[in-house]
Amino acid sequence: MVPTQYYLILSAILFGMGAVAFVVKRNIITIFMSIELMLNAVNLAFVAFSQARGKLDGQIFVLFVIVVAAAEAAVGLGIIIMTARNRQSLNVERVDLLKL
Amino acid sequence: MSAPLIVFFVLAALAIIGALSLILQKHPIHSALSLIVVMVALAGLYLLLGAEFVAAVQIIVYGGAIMVLFVFVIMLLNAGAEERTNFSRLAKFGGLPLALALTGLLAAAMVHYGGAAPNTTSPDALANTSNLSNMLFYTFVYPFELTSFLILVAIMGALVLAQREKS
Repeated sequence: MVPTQYYLILSAILFGMGAVAFVVKRNIITIFMSIELMLNAVNLAFVAFSQARGKLDGQIFVLFVIVVAAAEAAVGLGIIIMTARNRQSLNVERVDLLKL
Repeated sequence: MSAPLIVFFVLAALAIIGALSLILQKHPIHSALSLIVVMVALAGLYLLLGAEFVAAVQIIVYGGAIMVLFVFVIMLLNAGAEERTNFSRLAKFGGLPLALALTGLLAAAMVHYGGAAPNTTSPDALANTSNLSNMLFYTFVYPFELTSFLILVAIMGALVLAQREKS
């Protein structure tokens, strides 16, 4: 058996890398992908906890997270298409209407 | 070292390399392919944890549906290589330590509060798909039905957002 701690540490590493990618990347699609990476890291923690506690609730929650991620991807990519059409660019630096 | 541990380390290394590649690649399509590697590695880890149904859903929904959507949008918008911009000095020198601090804090908190939980049931009794479906369709049937409504709203939202304006 692999200790639960290993899964939790891997989950934290993946979440940290997702957060870094979210801040560092400039392409709006890649930023969106790093959100998916963070969601995946959280899912791994859920399944690891579910296994450690011997209860299935964590896995049910993972299924709901996946459903919400799918809905979020559909709406988010619609927004990205709109933005790209209006700005003629995928760089988030160009989307600065709310900037002072 | 036992066999599950070796499999764990191989899959974990694959996931971390994929995530690193997601950060370092300049072209969005390469980042998308790296993300698919991460997702497949995570599906393997779910199998190792004894969560077969979640592993299957991970491959089908994440690796299949969602990533196809991403790749489709990248090709639709003809996304080129990313333009680099300069970071501020604070971001350049403070960013990496802060990211490491976040990772360490998360790992320490999760291991401290949840890592030492007692394993009450055997892995075989846990996580077979029929138990999962029983819970999903008895205990959690109301949230489950709500998700279908959520998907419906998301489809309508995506259609409204992405359609061309009529002039």
